[in-house]
Amino acid sequence: MRRDVRRREFILTAAGLGAAVGLAACGKSGSSTAPAASASSSGEINGEVKVTFQQFGNSKIQANFLNGMAKKFTAAHPQATVKLQPITASENDYYTKLQLSMRSPRTAPDMCYEDTFLINSDISAGYLTALDDRISSWPDWSQFKDTAKTAAQALDGKTYGIPDGTDVRALWFNKKIFEKAGLPTDWQPKSWNDIITAAQTIKQKVPGVIPLNVYAGTGVGEAASMQGFEMLLYGIPTGTLFDKQSQKWVVDSKAFTDALTAYQQVWSQDLGPTPQQALAPTWANTVAQELLPQQKLAIDLDGSWLSSNWLPSGAAPWPEWHATLGNAYMPTQNGEGSGKVTMSGGWTWAIPKNAQNANAAWEFIKMLTSKEGELEYDIKNVQIPVRTDVAKDPSYLKANPTNEFFSNLVESTIYRPAYAEYAKISLLLQQATEKVITKTASPEAAAKFYADGVRQIVGQDKTTTI
Amino acid sequence: MAATWAEVRPTAPPGGRTRRTLLRGLPIVPSVVLLVVFLAGPILYCIYAAFTNMALTGQVGTQFIGFANFTRAFSDPAFINSVWLTVVFTLVSAIIGQNVVGMALALLMRSGYAVARALTSAFVIGAWVLPEVVAAYLWQAVLGPDGSWNTVTGLFHLPPQNWLFTTPIIAVSIANIWRGTAFSMLVYSAALSEVPRDLEEAALVDGAGRLRLLTSITIPLVRRTIATNLMLITLQTLSVFGLIYTMTKGGPSEKSMTLPLFAYNQAFVSADLGYGTAIALLLLVIGGIFSVIYLRILSKSEPVR
Repeated sequence: MRRDVRRREFILTAAGLGAAVGLAACGKSGSSTAPAASASSSGEINGEVKVTFQQFGNSKIQANFLNGMAKKFTAAHPQATVKLQPITASENDYYTKLQLSMRSPRTAPDMCYEDTFLINSDISAGYLTALDDRISSWPDWSQFKDTAKTAAQALDGKTYGIPDGTDVRALWFNKKIFEKAGLPTDWQPKSWNDIITAAQTIKQKVPGVIPLNVYAGTGVGEAASMQGFEMLLYGIPTGTLFDKQSQKWVVDSKAFTDALTAYQQVWSQDLGPTPQQALAPTWANTVAQELLPQQKLAIDLDGSWLSSNWLPSGAAPWPEWHATLGNAYMPTQNGEGSGKVTMSGGWTWAIPKNAQNANAAWEFIKMLTSKEGELEYDIKNVQIPVRTDVAKDPSYLKANPTNEFFSNLVESTIYRPAYAEYAKISLLLQQATEKVITKTASPEAAAKFYADGVRQIVGQDKTTTI
Repeated sequence: MAATWAEVRPTAPPGGRTRRTLLRGLPIVPSVVLLVVFLAGPILYCIYAAFTNMALTGQVGTQFIGFANFTRAFSDPAFINSVWLTVVFTLVSAIIGQNVVGMALALLMRSGYAVARALTSAFVIGAWVLPEVVAAYLWQAVLGPDGSWNTVTGLFHLPPQNWLFTTPIIAVSIANIWRGTAFSMLVYSAALSEVPRDLEEAALVDGAGRLRLLTSITIPLVRRTIATNLMLITLQTLSVFGLIYTMTKGGPSEKSMTLPLFAYNQAFVSADLGYGTAIALLLLVIGGIFSVIYLRILSKSEPVR
């Protein structure tokens, strides 16, 4: 009996000890992964730099660029390594995964690629670290254009991200389809009506072709808000999402309903893709990599970077793209004001607060956003430079036949009201356009849905009507 | 931890009963720890989050906001829409679809040949064994605009249907019936095999028709199994996520946005973790209500002796 008890105790103790050892081991291995070896105060760069960015569809431009830069970086700092951690997800899912990873020091990358529209939201959430101290001792910062500098600046006046390029939006059209339809190949619409008329002509004369693509719905994410809805809204004289004077979000405006009515016009006349096509998460890639090269889409309201897909380094090389496609600026509703409208966005490199190797990450960011780095990236990814020395560089101007057209549009560009709430408000815009193109709501009802949503997000007192 | 055990070890308990029972409880400590950490922990955290304004982005820290998330839900048309869709989905695909088809298959198989029985169960269980995502893609391919459904109906010159787009909730219900019927079929087959044949034969001799036999003899005898099965498949169907997410993502325009997808969207797409967990909690309550109803039916169906 006594022996029995003893033996049982012994087994229990052994088991307990085993469990305790196991737990301790867990704790130890967990903590040892954290600071892989951060840069010491002497400024030595070592350890692993974890780099997170979005990787979706066939485009490997950024991954290839980062791989090349990583090799240069490790050559310059033999103690350091770069670990690329692409998040393979559509736009909205990318942000979610990035935010989740930044919540904990164990999963946070050392540097991440942040869209300028979301960075304010993530700054407010305390995910990112201010770069001001680092920037002050970085001579290159003076090369950045002022508008670009403010892109990643928070309301507290601090800078949280280094931009690597910007972009604008305009119309792309297929000259061959236009020729078939008897339309001019140097087309430049002066009002929304001109675009609708051209699309109607194409529908009649060139069957089997989607006449017009305007992004809509939650599937394509921010593209629906910016390339789509906002390009329309800001083309109306009173159209804006945010009233700067009163610092309030605009709801229940006529301009808002007008912009949604334009969507209704396109889809009720079957001038656009089917709603099912337009709502697929891969739609933006389908447009750029399949429909345009296969001559199945006549007019596309899209970004200036589109041709990056067709370069030899792109996802769908298409050497003769420039002979086939023409560009036109997006007109305002009835040609009001300067007659043209465009919106700018762009991405930045930022360092999360939970980064374990911030010093090395900053070194890598400096390399990526140096003149050589941005020149290479802006050419390959067809970005509009944010550094004056890159913009002036002859190799940039020569690199792409559309660079001049788009660079000229920058003067009249509009930036999104990228405040902390913008990310949520953008989602409402996507949902409102989705309701209209699927005919589940009239433009008026969708506008009301948006207004209710905005009030819920920012509060009744922070909304206004114009 | 190890230190306390070391104290116990040198001398055996001098008849101390409490100490002995504590010692006996020791083996379950690891499993209790695991349950607390991985089951109770997340549930408690979820309840806590539902009463806060926790967000994925846009703000630092979280504040306790009482019942605001719940009052918001009940004044949110999107939430009400989701509740309706969830009820429709559960009714159509579980309570009617899986349940009735499962019972029908079980009855047919009971009176079928052994070969037919083996073949049928192989096919039906095959659908059940298939991973959710695969089943979802399969049905997407069948019901899509260029899918096999339209190819077949096209042979009869019927107009093509775009199920996933016009009536997505029906499309996902069909997929869920197809996938989940095997479970009901297996449960009912087992129950029916317990029904005494002589009772049924006696009824037949007394002049009962096939239908009468079914409604008066067979079904009353397996009614407890029916209630249990209904409870299980209802709870399973209420929480279906992967199937719908893969097929429609809750769209278009929220026309197939059942509560699990709505909660996911609020938490991870709108970045509103607090509201999302509140919805998840409400889903739990709905599941609870269904369980209580079934349990009451179950206790009422207890034969009076």
